[in-house]
Amino acid sequence: MDASNETQDRRQQRMQLAASFKAFLLKNSTESNLNLYDHLTQLLMKVMAEHPHNAVDVIEDMSRDVKRGLFQDMQSTLRDLPQTTAAELLAEQQCLLFSRPEDRDQEEELVETPLPNVSEIGFNLEQAGVSLGREEMQRIFLALKQLVESQALPRCRLWGKILGTESSYIVAEAECREGEEDGEQSTDEAPEDEDREAETQESEMDPLPESTYKPPPVVPKETTGTGANKFVYYVCNEPGLPWVKLPSVIPEQIIVARQIRKFFTGRLDTPIVSYPPFPGNEANYLRAQIARISASTQVSPQGFYQAGEEEGDEEDEVPRDSYEVNPDFEGIPVTEMVESLSFWVHHVQHILQQGRCTWMNLTVKPGEESNEEGEADEKEEEPDEPEPEVGPPLLTPLSQDAEMFNSPPWSSKLSSTLTSQHAVAVLRSNLWPGAYAYTCGKKFENIYVGWGVKYAGEGYIPPVPPLPQKEYPSGADITETLDPTLEEEQVLQEALEEQQAAQEEMEEAEEEEEDDD
Amino acid sequence: MDSDSLFFSLELVAGSGNTVSLEQKAALQTSLVILKKNYKFQRVLFWGKILGLKEDYFIAQGRGQDELRDRKYLYSFNCMDWFLLPAATDSMASEVSKAARGRFIGDPSFVYERVEVNRKSEDGAAEDGVVNKVKEETRLSVTVHQIDQEVSVVPRGSFIRNHLGLVIVNRSFTGLSESESRKLDSFFHFREPKNPKQRFVLQNGELNPAVDFLDVLSDDVPKGSWSLQFEFARRVLVLRSLLWLGLTFYHLPRTPQHGYVYFGDGTKNLDLPFML
Repeated sequence: MDASNETQDRRQQRMQLAASFKAFLLKNSTESNLNLYDHLTQLLMKVMAEHPHNAVDVIEDMSRDVKRGLFQDMQSTLRDLPQTTAAELLAEQQCLLFSRPEDRDQEEELVETPLPNVSEIGFNLEQAGVSLGREEMQRIFLALKQLVESQALPRCRLWGKILGTESSYIVAEAECREGEEDGEQSTDEAPEDEDREAETQESEMDPLPESTYKPPPVVPKETTGTGANKFVYYVCNEPGLPWVKLPSVIPEQIIVARQIRKFFTGRLDTPIVSYPPFPGNEANYLRAQIARISASTQVSPQGFYQAGEEEGDEEDEVPRDSYEVNPDFEGIPVTEMVESLSFWVHHVQHILQQGRCTWMNLTVKPGEESNEEGEADEKEEEPDEPEPEVGPPLLTPLSQDAEMFNSPPWSSKLSSTLTSQHAVAVLRSNLWPGAYAYTCGKKFENIYVGWGVKYAGEGYIPPVPPLPQKEYPSGADITETLDPTLEEEQVLQEALEEQQAAQEEMEEAEEEEEDDD
Repeated sequence: MDSDSLFFSLELVAGSGNTVSLEQKAALQTSLVILKKNYKFQRVLFWGKILGLKEDYFIAQGRGQDELRDRKYLYSFNCMDWFLLPAATDSMASEVSKAARGRFIGDPSFVYERVEVNRKSEDGAAEDGVVNKVKEETRLSVTVHQIDQEVSVVPRGSFIRNHLGLVIVNRSFTGLSESESRKLDSFFHFREPKNPKQRFVLQNGELNPAVDFLDVLSDDVPKGSWSLQFEFARRVLVLRSLLWLGLTFYHLPRTPQHGYVYFGDGTKNLDLPFML
């Protein structure tokens, strides 16, 4: 029994020693806060897991690795808050561009679509030195496809890009569907109420002087589908964002847009603060500039378009506003296109001084149009009977464009001098920097990428405000005159006395004569 | 923009509308390398293109030891044959401002003439006509120099000034973060600092003299003469100058890619205050 007691005591002693040694092993180091027990556990677990070759020789390295690996286990309790960046937001919207509707048959897509081949246009434009970036053009292509599908447009075209200070606009030109009209017509009902109030007040008091100011007659806008409103324009800030339709342009907006010079901000509802005050906000100003740029710089090779059916007599100078694609057009060689400007023609109507494409006589009742033969290109002041304004007819060649600021209005060159057989003829406008046209064989295209401002030569001079209006007509009964001086009054009095004396003499003489009788 | 990054960086500035056609890009890549070897430049940059009525000028810039001061400009018509532009001096600048008007023609030997009339007597009898003449090459040199002085842009931290006073490329520039790149404060003019504004003492604590030795873009007058946008699916930061229309600066946040290029007709936009 003693032997078992002894072994038990020895076992207990051994256990105690083991426990104290274990406690020693578990003691955390003061420097690194690690303990040997954990370290050895992990080291041996690592050896168990990896079974290294010649483990005893590499055990020191493994020990060091375990120690080093410990530092990465410390995790902070803070977690990163994922912030959606602007790029992520846009990417989600642009995903839709790439989605393919499942109910579309393959055959339907092979039929001719109103969608232009933007990839081909992008390639040719890049040859010309104009580009928006290849991926961007692809995105724009898909966005146009989305537009055509959502609005069921008969025809659509990429018009270009207008840069703005905060954001830019991508503009698409489309033909509107037949039968669609703008429901926005602002009627001035407020002034009528004011007149009525003024009248009731007048009947109570003495009549107040009435203003003789008559505002100049408003030039009516052209209906959708004709003239400056021939096409409908959609804009978006980035491809993938929804397209917004721009309102039609009013002649007054074009007249004011010709006099002001402003950058676009990129938000359609920004007010335009300017003198003369622009009637509308940035959406209207954008539309007006688009109309001006289109009228000045949309050109095509001669012969691509031919005039539409001629209505009426040829002597009546009705401005042609229709053109058709010429089916017999064979391309003009590229070198000829570059050398002379007469091979290019405008295919968008010129906007007259009035702000419309067809002249409207305002002094007559609206509805009557006088189509007298007027002088070409000269605008005259309106005499008693206003002379109609006539612009150059449609499809006039560019060689007749006027030179401004001592420089030709267009510059043309070939896209490549080394391989001119396959080069593209490029035409660049000097009046609207950023307007380009190219042609290659039977194809041509126009595009505008720029800030939306015209080249102003030396500098822009804002129009001076008009002189202040006269408050009242100056006449004899209102103008002040000097009071007569003392001498003048005396002279007048003497004259009057003489006259009176003369008259008395005459009366006396008459009385004497009567007495005589 | 650096000629080494010409492959992809032209795509990033294409949002402004202008780019270089494929043929010209290929020619540029070849000729700029040869240029670097011939002139012994440290770096060669494609500076941009000035559009003239008849011909366009391609401009390249070579940089020497000191990035800020050793800058030479060269021009070419076909991206292969390069001609050195004379360095612009103040007298040249005053000549150009008197004589040159209108657009660039495209012929470097074209002479602009302008008669300056001084009316001496009341009846206008003795009119002294001083004829100011300047060649287009001089005008080109002065214009390019002016554009660089007024609107060249670099992000903060991309260039450092070392202890010898040389301005060199910062090899450990890792790019601006997204939030930093939204502020105009993080961009500098790359020209001799003119220090229009005094920095406050509190701000000085954060500034690092090796990095912040150039003028900040947000001190430009008039405010709003820079347009800061995120283009290219909102991934690339693009700065466009409204003072010289056509200068575009790009930077890809969190990468060291940055650069600027000028595509335009070389005229300053003096109507800027009316247009904002």
